Amino acid sequence: MAKAPAAPKFIGSPIKRREDPKLLRGLARYVDDIDLPGTLHMAIVRSSFGRAGIRSVDINALTDLPGVVAVYTAADLEGVGPVPVSGLVPDARVPVQPVLANKEVRFAGEPVAAVICETRYGAADAAALVDVDFEPKEAVVDLEKALAPGAPKVHEDYDDNVAFNWELVGGDVEKGLAEADVIVKQKIVNGRVVPLALETRGVLASYDPGEEKLTLWSSTQVPHKLRTHIADQIGMAENRVRVITPEVGGGFGSKLNIYREEALAAYISRDLGRPVKWIESRSENFLATIHGRGQMGEVEMGLMKDGTLIALRYTVLADCGAYYQYLTVAIFTLTGLMIPGPYKLPNVEMKVTGVFTNKIATDAYRGAGRPEATYVLERIMDIAAAEIGMDPAEIRRKNFPAKSEFPFATAAGLSYDSGDYAGALDKALENAGYADMRREQVEARKEGRYLGIGLSTYVEVCGMGPSAALGGQGWESARVRVEPGGKVTVFSGASPHGQGQKTSFAQLVADGLGVDINNIEVIHGDTDTVPFGVGTFGSRGTVVGGSAVVIACDKVKEKMARYAAMKLEADASDIEFAGGKVYVRSAPEKSADFAEIAGLAYSAMELPPGTDPGLEETHFFEPPNFTFPFGAHVVLAEVDPATGDVKILRYVAVDDVGNQINPLLVAGQIHGGIAQGAGQALEEEILYDTGGQLINGSLMHYSLPKAGLFPRFELDHTTTPTDVNPLGAKGVGEAGTIGSTPAVVNAVVDALSPFGVRHLDMPVRPERIWRAAAAKGEQG
Amino acid sequence: MEVSLSINGEVRSFDVEPRTLLVHLLRDHAKLTGTHVACETSICGACTVLLDGQAVKSCTVLAVQADGCEVTTIEGFAEDGKLHPIQEQFWEKHGLQCGFCTPGMILTAYQLLERNPDPSEAEIRRGIDGNICRCTGYQHIVDAIQAAAVELGKK
Repeated sequence: MAKAPAAPKFIGSPIKRREDPKLLRGLARYVDDIDLPGTLHMAIVRSSFGRAGIRSVDINALTDLPGVVAVYTAADLEGVGPVPVSGLVPDARVPVQPVLANKEVRFAGEPVAAVICETRYGAADAAALVDVDFEPKEAVVDLEKALAPGAPKVHEDYDDNVAFNWELVGGDVEKGLAEADVIVKQKIVNGRVVPLALETRGVLASYDPGEEKLTLWSSTQVPHKLRTHIADQIGMAENRVRVITPEVGGGFGSKLNIYREEALAAYISRDLGRPVKWIESRSENFLATIHGRGQMGEVEMGLMKDGTLIALRYTVLADCGAYYQYLTVAIFTLTGLMIPGPYKLPNVEMKVTGVFTNKIATDAYRGAGRPEATYVLERIMDIAAAEIGMDPAEIRRKNFPAKSEFPFATAAGLSYDSGDYAGALDKALENAGYADMRREQVEARKEGRYLGIGLSTYVEVCGMGPSAALGGQGWESARVRVEPGGKVTVFSGASPHGQGQKTSFAQLVADGLGVDINNIEVIHGDTDTVPFGVGTFGSRGTVVGGSAVVIACDKVKEKMARYAAMKLEADASDIEFAGGKVYVRSAPEKSADFAEIAGLAYSAMELPPGTDPGLEETHFFEPPNFTFPFGAHVVLAEVDPATGDVKILRYVAVDDVGNQINPLLVAGQIHGGIAQGAGQALEEEILYDTGGQLINGSLMHYSLPKAGLFPRFELDHTTTPTDVNPLGAKGVGEAGTIGSTPAVVNAVVDALSPFGVRHLDMPVRPERIWRAAAAKGEQG
Repeated sequence: MEVSLSINGEVRSFDVEPRTLLVHLLRDHAKLTGTHVACETSICGACTVLLDGQAVKSCTVLAVQADGCEVTTIEGFAEDGKLHPIQEQFWEKHGLQCGFCTPGMILTAYQLLERNPDPSEAEIRRGIDGNICRCTGYQHIVDAIQAAAVELGKK
């Protein structure tokens, strides 16, 4: 006999991933693992200068080279549209980014020609023989110099290197600063870093001349956006282009763009009638896949002596690179929206000047604008605390909105959905043993050891997001089909690439329909199969995509209940789903197998009144607001001023991401985020020389965090659900990255406080620490 | 050049250019695509395979150097279709997200546990220093290797 409906069986459980067996066996297929007969290989000839004219492109050396099929230069691609951009601000200058450079190259690594060859090695050989006659020009690298009068220009047809001006003003900062007891100021650089998905970008394009259809396998986060734009760029109907994302080896925002090589492969495959594959090398990934961050600014904050914050102004130069990628400009505006952070800050102002430089574009990298805001704010909070002699935890707690004040309207114009910021901080301090840590710090200093304690409290804007706020496409789609045999297939418009939504979405549907999780199949990343979707970025996969799944599931369930009601001679509103059965709530002895009712929906000769055959429903979920996860991170670090070495001794994090669908996956996201954020704090930074050459463009020269850099992360959480979506979930993809960067830097600066150090720019690598300590010497 | 080697227990011969890297022989000629290329500079370890039982980065081994050798790739690591305890524990502990580093990480973990069946956490972290994961922050990987050590110790 059926039982009363059980509490959620799968939602909230740390279920291991259904994605994993093929990944563990080496049987997963990433784009380079797809092997179509007759595939040609593409290699790209790139600019070796930051800025140069192109006098000529000589391909004569390739004439008799075996295996070379074709070489394309800009002249061969007339009619191919430029790289698409989105998320602009009013009056932004929008340079046209052609798929191949014509007369001028504007960053080292900019594509100049595409060589097509029968083999991969052959393509690389041939590309090396293309002789481009460059006329090197003075490059624009440094942001301040770029704006100096008489500076060379990235784009000759503009008056200067200003890409855009944008400001966000809430309240009256001038008045607030005038009223403040204390004003603190700091110049802060948030340098460029690489997202570095372990799988580089790659694309395989295959044009079928019979079907007149193009299939593109691409390592992308946004298959439908890619389809729309590629169709547009090469002049095909959208529904004659199919984009498939096979297994995708990480993205972190970098694959949320439409890149030149995708259009090139697509166009050339159609032109030659054969499949064309391009797999990015790691050095190309450094040169020509977007970088993250890239802000250089000054923050100024006014507060009262008791720690009450009054006003904050952030004036910043934003390093756009030579051309925009998909969301280059929008990322900087996200910094502005989050500049008040988790604090009651009645007056805020952010003024951004976007600057063109001879570099690859910056764009979304894990956190995308929010880590920059949190970093600036959390650094100036520590500086302010030191200035007024207040504990860093106290000044933060003092300025939090109370739990009862939510939804909380910020001066930057957002409405924070729900929060208990003091709750998260208190828990983090308790888990860290903060008071003991401070005592330990004092004792250690007596022994000549320099411990530092770093805090960060953050809130981020997630669950991207309402369409009106994003300039469209803020929704996500899902279709749920109950198959005639009772299995369930979920089609999602989101496009996970490591997050594990084949598992978490199955958890949602298993509970929704009361069926075993093993009966559910989740499909994503194929534009011919799934409903039109937006993609996975901005911590939206579960929050927006999962909500679409839940509502589509509810719609199917509602319809299925009518079939069950017909079979069980009951009212549809009295039908319950549990344990693979469908039964009558008021008479639980009346039940049927879930599969039997599923079959009925396809095979019944008489239908329930007003009901169509089949069990398949689609939903496009439009979120009414963003979500705002928050948390508090505490770092204990030891710094050796003699060597500049930093050792993270403890990492304590309390994150509140609302309801958790799968705590195991949530922990994984937070771990990974912390490591990436700490990587930027301690090690990672892209460096260009004055000529625009990228000088640390390989993993031999760019330091990525390795396992030995970290202690065990001590995670905990509070749970403050949101009412923005039916899951009550807030999103977790970026939280760790946002909390960790300032917490680590604050710990290092705190350790160096006996040396009078109040700020160091990232990465706080040994040389910078050693220099700062050596320059000042221990004071007092 | 002809190269003959045993891959996952099967002796196979290939005609390759002398400059062919072992990883490309495995991927492009032997069609075993579980071994990945991610950095091309032998830093990241995604291409790690076992060459005569030793974990090597196959992007910096020439195919001709592997002539006459025994190579184990991730495809040959599960025996009789049953996941190896290291694979099992990576699954249990959520030691992978995008999965791209996973084959190399698992084969490195194998060698680590061969050499030190009961490693401390610090020894594990040091032992996988030649393998980069950008997704997990390593903690669940460390957990997986620790748990695998326990499982293997029971045998």
